[in-house]
Amino acid sequence: MKSFPRGIHLEYQKDKTKNLPIREMPAPKRVVIPLQQNLGCPNDPLVKVGDEVVEGQKIGEAQKFVGAPVHASISGKVVQIEKLPNPCGFDVASVVIESQSTEYRVQSTDQRDLDELTPEEIRKIVREAGIVGLGGATFPTHVKLTPPKDKNIDTLIINGCECEPYITADHRIMLERCEDVVYGARAIAKAVGAEKIIIGIEDNKPDAIQKLKSEILNSKSKTNSKFEIQMLKTKYPQGGEKQLIKAVLNREVPSGGLPLDVGVVVQNVGTAAAVAEAIRFGTPLIKRVITVTGSGVKNPQNLLVRIGTSFAEVVEQCGGLAEDATKIIMGGPMMGLAVSSLDLPVVKGTTCILVLNKKEAKVYEEKNCIRCGRCIKACPIGLMPNFIALYAKIKDWEKTEEYHVADCIECGCCAYVCPSRINLVQYFKVAKRELQIRKAVCR
Amino acid sequence: MSVEKQFQISVSPHLRAKEDAQSIMWWVVFALLFPTAAAAYFFGLRALALVFFTAFVAVISEALFQFIAKRPITISDGSAAVAGILLALTLPPTLPFWMAAAGAVVAVVVVKGLFGGLGFNIFNPALAARAILLASWPVAMTTWVKPFEAVTCATPLYLVNKLHQAAPSYLDLFLGSRAGSLGETSVLAILIGAGILLIKGIIDWHAPVAYVGTVFLLTTFLGHDPLFGIMSGGLMLGAFFMATDYVTTPVTCKGRLIFGLGCGVMTVLIRYFGGFPEGVNYSILFMNCLTPLIDKYVRPNLYGGK
Repeated sequence: MKSFPRGIHLEYQKDKTKNLPIREMPAPKRVVIPLQQNLGCPNDPLVKVGDEVVEGQKIGEAQKFVGAPVHASISGKVVQIEKLPNPCGFDVASVVIESQSTEYRVQSTDQRDLDELTPEEIRKIVREAGIVGLGGATFPTHVKLTPPKDKNIDTLIINGCECEPYITADHRIMLERCEDVVYGARAIAKAVGAEKIIIGIEDNKPDAIQKLKSEILNSKSKTNSKFEIQMLKTKYPQGGEKQLIKAVLNREVPSGGLPLDVGVVVQNVGTAAAVAEAIRFGTPLIKRVITVTGSGVKNPQNLLVRIGTSFAEVVEQCGGLAEDATKIIMGGPMMGLAVSSLDLPVVKGTTCILVLNKKEAKVYEEKNCIRCGRCIKACPIGLMPNFIALYAKIKDWEKTEEYHVADCIECGCCAYVCPSRINLVQYFKVAKRELQIRKAVCR
Repeated sequence: MSVEKQFQISVSPHLRAKEDAQSIMWWVVFALLFPTAAAAYFFGLRALALVFFTAFVAVISEALFQFIAKRPITISDGSAAVAGILLALTLPPTLPFWMAAAGAVVAVVVVKGLFGGLGFNIFNPALAARAILLASWPVAMTTWVKPFEAVTCATPLYLVNKLHQAAPSYLDLFLGSRAGSLGETSVLAILIGAGILLIKGIIDWHAPVAYVGTVFLLTTFLGHDPLFGIMSGGLMLGAFFMATDYVTTPVTCKGRLIFGLGCGVMTVLIRYFGGFPEGVNYSILFMNCLTPLIDKYVRPNLYGGK
């Protein structure tokens, strides 16, 4: 079965939620919409305190190309615009909306037919809908849909791997919204001019593979892209963009390059579904599917949540926290971010709220490297994590660069296997930052 | 809703593999119990006592050294015990206890501790200490006895290579019924211990297979008996338990192959062209010196690299 070299096998822990249908959470009374929820430039607010807004209304607009607008996820009144705590760790300018008693509904009049849209129109719809990479990376989707003229994109890969343990949001989307996934994939393929669409799915989700296969057969489209499903080995990080391209096409994105350098665009299944919704119903990205799980949550679920809903309310929907809930992680356990409080909004990049109990959240003491080489065997990029960490420790940033720290995808395989419990990824993040700062200074 | 509770923060990944450095070391100790048991069987209870005594001295001297040097005491990580047992297994059965103790102190304090402790030593502590013992007390370190009886005799390698006499049978070599260092004689016991470590994924095959394979091929090439060549001396013990030491051998699989190959070449050179009957000890120490060089140039294939 197709896969990529190295990587690790993890206990997937998906059983708690993989068979639970996505449930829509009732609209909250109050949402906090950060004006920056994606990579790239932040948005300027389009509203001011006291304004009435309608669900789906654009409330923040980006001035630059690499950016994505944000929309009101409930109807109500803007009560506050200021810097507020954000899951990313620091405060971000946010718009707070409180719902009024009257219920507004978003007017979804802009229904369009994919076959009549030009690539330019698709990009415009995607941008206006504020769609970003929903796998957690949050890169503005319309940017990826705008390949430079000199790059010929032959293949669109739709990422249905969901290789992080615990998370089942994409799995449920593939099962319950396969029509949207296929429609969205066709739209994206049309926008980038890809002749071929391949959905990559790990072999631990046979039901999703089956469902999408029949959907592809049943749905007809005038777009003439070839459509197929590629079953992949269940291995972490199969869903990493570079690993997925290697596994599916046996191509390697050049060091420092982008997938489009090898003629590929990769989009997550959730993103494809969001694109379909934007085109078919004119719905901007104001809701997303998240998995709320872990032994620290009483009643784990897959929820369709409005952007800006507080973690606390989401967790409350899932029966609240267990007594020994110790650690809250936004995202998966391998790459997710630990947050200190539940008083944070769900953002576009929130794939999962994972709550670990005291035992699982054990903190390890870092010991000396014993040079066992496990990190090297695990690294899907082919780095030597032990040496990078060694040089990062003594702040020899040039050496870390020589050992290609910039190519690190921060998947955490090395730190996972390290028997000395060295926080390798942390050293690499620091080294990358230092190198970036140096480069900025040199310019 | 007010949320006052502060949750625990840490860097990703939030999952860690079960295996840690300590459990690895204690698995190595467990694997070494097989050659230790063979030593006790062939050379008697004194042999067993010598192994435990050497390990004990190694652990105590590490604790004392770390206490005096005001470093954290890390004897529970098992690395001192491993060094002590390994050293003992390379010693002649009749070596006085005090000499073994001196060796243990040298291994743990001089070869490991003074270089910065676990992870920073350049040489394999057991082998470096053995080399120093050999230089210090050459007679005691080369006095061998027959199994099951306290009669001195030469090792098979010395018999065959230097005295040109008949070698013991393959079966005796495999089971371990021959003169030699405590833990080196029984190929069977070594393979059982090493097999456990291989299955557990604690050691990998690259260095031992390259090492034993190279000795086999070169011995054949030089017109000697290759099976005798790989089952005599300290080759098996060295290949599976010392050429696989994490700290003093290369970190990549390719590097470990090169390391094993180099050890094999050196061993054959010393055995058939050098002054000593056996060359495993010095071969591995020599290749230990080359480990940083190998690690510098042998790197994994970078994704998207040229």
